[in-house]
Amino acid sequence: MPEITLEMKDITKRFPLVVANDKVNFAVYQGEIHALVGENGAGKTTLMSILYGLYQADSGQIFIKGKKVNIANPKVAINLKIGMVHQHFMLVPPLSVTENIILGMEPIKNNIFIDLERATNKVKEISESIGFKIDPHAKIENISVGIQQRVEIIKILYRGAEILIMDEPTAVLTPQEVEELFEILRSLIKQGKTIIFITHKLNEVKAVSDRITVMRRGKVVGVKNTKDTNQEEIASMMVGRKVLLEVDKKEHNFGKTVLKVDKLNALNNKKLPALKEISFEVREGEILGFAGVEGNGQTELVEVISGLRLAAGGKIKLYDKDITNYSPRDIREQKIAHIPEDRRQRGFISNYSVAENLILGSNYRPPFNKGLTLNFSAINNHAAKLIKDFDIRPSDRNNLLKSLSGGNQQKVIVARELFGEPRLLIAAQPTRGLDVGSTEFVHQQILNERDKGKAILLVSADLEEILSLSDLIAVIYEGEIVAILDPKKTNEKELGLLMTGSVRNNKFPKKK
Amino acid sequence: MFGSIFNADFIASSIRIAIPLALAGLGGVFSERSGVINIGLEGIMLTGAFTSIAVTNFIQNPWLGILAAIIIGIFLGLIHGITCITFKANQIVSGVAINLFASGITVFFSWLLFNETQIMAKISLPIWGLSIPNLGEGSSFLRSIIIIFAHHSPLVYLTIIIFILSHLIIFRTPFGLRLRSVGEYPQAADTMGVNVIKIRYIAVMTSGALAGLAGSFLSLEQAHFFVKEISGGRGFIALAAMIFGKWTPFGTAGAALLFGFGEALAIRLQSVTAVPVQFINMVPYLLAIFVLVSAIGRAIPPAADGIPYEKEVG
Repeated sequence: MPEITLEMKDITKRFPLVVANDKVNFAVYQGEIHALVGENGAGKTTLMSILYGLYQADSGQIFIKGKKVNIANPKVAINLKIGMVHQHFMLVPPLSVTENIILGMEPIKNNIFIDLERATNKVKEISESIGFKIDPHAKIENISVGIQQRVEIIKILYRGAEILIMDEPTAVLTPQEVEELFEILRSLIKQGKTIIFITHKLNEVKAVSDRITVMRRGKVVGVKNTKDTNQEEIASMMVGRKVLLEVDKKEHNFGKTVLKVDKLNALNNKKLPALKEISFEVREGEILGFAGVEGNGQTELVEVISGLRLAAGGKIKLYDKDITNYSPRDIREQKIAHIPEDRRQRGFISNYSVAENLILGSNYRPPFNKGLTLNFSAINNHAAKLIKDFDIRPSDRNNLLKSLSGGNQQKVIVARELFGEPRLLIAAQPTRGLDVGSTEFVHQQILNERDKGKAILLVSADLEEILSLSDLIAVIYEGEIVAILDPKKTNEKELGLLMTGSVRNNKFPKKK
Repeated sequence: MFGSIFNADFIASSIRIAIPLALAGLGGVFSERSGVINIGLEGIMLTGAFTSIAVTNFIQNPWLGILAAIIIGIFLGLIHGITCITFKANQIVSGVAINLFASGITVFFSWLLFNETQIMAKISLPIWGLSIPNLGEGSSFLRSIIIIFAHHSPLVYLTIIIFILSHLIIFRTPFGLRLRSVGEYPQAADTMGVNVIKIRYIAVMTSGALAGLAGSFLSLEQAHFFVKEISGGRGFIALAAMIFGKWTPFGTAGAALLFGFGEALAIRLQSVTAVPVQFINMVPYLLAIFVLVSAIGRAIPPAADGIPYEKEVG
């Protein structure tokens, strides 16, 4: 029996509306990678925030190596050699790698100044001990997300962490980066560290963990040895019912070309070229999936097509109508629906109710608008119908959007956008941050639209999503389409290499 | 005509006019680097200007007058901190409140203590440095050097020292690193065990101290009197200098010198042109507007500037 290094007993934490942790028991062995899985809102992050001292439990006890501890704030956790890599990186963008790492624990020289030389050497030493090189003087804002994550890991190792909490570390990484991260985790285990790995991606759990604790609605529903279980079992433990992991896709049946993009150019916010002569088509009943590392022009592409950014050249046609540089409203009038990638920024208004959010974009049209005032009975009926059809919970139309879970917020957006039979659906990162159940729901909606003969432009950083939904995959790299692939004839590895510009597909450009 | 305007005296007066702008602007740098906007600098300056004259006249010691201005500045900074940091009130509203309070309270105490709103300084600080040779004695070059660099109020030298120290503190010490991180991404600083609230209080109180010192220079050293509204918008010009200086001490000092130059120019032009004085007095303000417009897009404030810190819940 291995030694238990960390034990949390009967942890309960209540927030005003929910019990986030309900008598949770959680134990981790010395030197293991322990996966903590569950849907969003299951209480994983809350439990770890309690362990890291960001929250205080209402009741329950924590033991480190058998000794009872009271973790009042992150400083105490750091002293107990607990480190946490947060889902949203806790790095200060304008500061350097080294400055971020030493923040709060700076080496001193002459009793006053930061000893930058000593700090830099220490950073180099730690990064080499886990097998990679890093430029200690680079600014965080200038390095990739994958490297930023390494900075986070070095940061907690610098503080002497023995127990590392990783909160959904792979959400932002490319497949290659995920593989590299796993290598780093394995080398950390060799150094005798213990890792708690929060995730809801089941293939990763299987690939890297030793044991699994599954949470659902604030409670632990089971602890398993990874080698004694499978993905289906964990998924149904997480959701509480059987889940379809594979999407069930009917044979395709393409119609006329709906969207035709021809030699499209666009600039990014820094006025540099973001799209370089991009051309592609989407047909009725087709899902075209755009795969790419974020920041390679996907955002700009979606913005230009939805009217939020001006094209610098080229044409966008919907059927035979030139809609290049139409205003967003005119584009909506053409029945183009848009599920935006940043739903907080562009998908909804958090201080508006569900009913109000459901009419955004059609608020100026009858039946919702009757001259000078809004037609509340029409708005309410509309809300009642969509809440029922899309199973938005809680079902009260007067709830403010900010009080809903991420999955239900996304359901509101999907319901609104799919209403009124769009001809083209642009879905950008439609399941980002959603749990298994909500992801399944959104995927089903997108496939339904496809089967109804709608054209769908899907942009996603999640390759599994791209591979399972798309009828055709376009790989975008530095503003250019570097490959167009049949999802049945490719895999994550090939996509990953194309996305990072490591190889170019010489079959491109594909002639239609 | 140019010879009569752009000489050593002109540069020296630009420096003197720049001092309060630079000190208050540096206060802004500390405050905003920590994430707290302090437009109360104007009012703190005004209160400091009054306090330094009042205390100096009562106890006949200008050093203690200056000290009192600094203490009152720290106190007003503390109040701004309590409203903005602890109670998370709107920082602009709190700053406006300090400015309105300062306009009223200084006039009130002027009447109460002195029975007038223009109070002459009974005593000033000595000039430190070398004495200026008379024209004709020694070279005119040496004379110019002395006028520009070595014949000033002690506060001028003190300001230079303060700027060098501030640069070192902000960019070379643990406190400075924590200050910068707190103004950019307080959540990150908090998870690293940095006390966000404490750093912000220190920064806002430092900004108060510097604005108070700026006010004392304005009344005691520059004007040699206090009159109501003597600050005349300099607290805001100081904020413009801070922005143009990209929230760095030396940048702020450079921008303050530019504004000082503008104001000195306005003063000179009054005596040599027929343009109405009201128009000439606009020069420094027009310069400020011009500089800010040209700085737009390049001047990026700390990311968490103006946003109260709350731990995430959920």
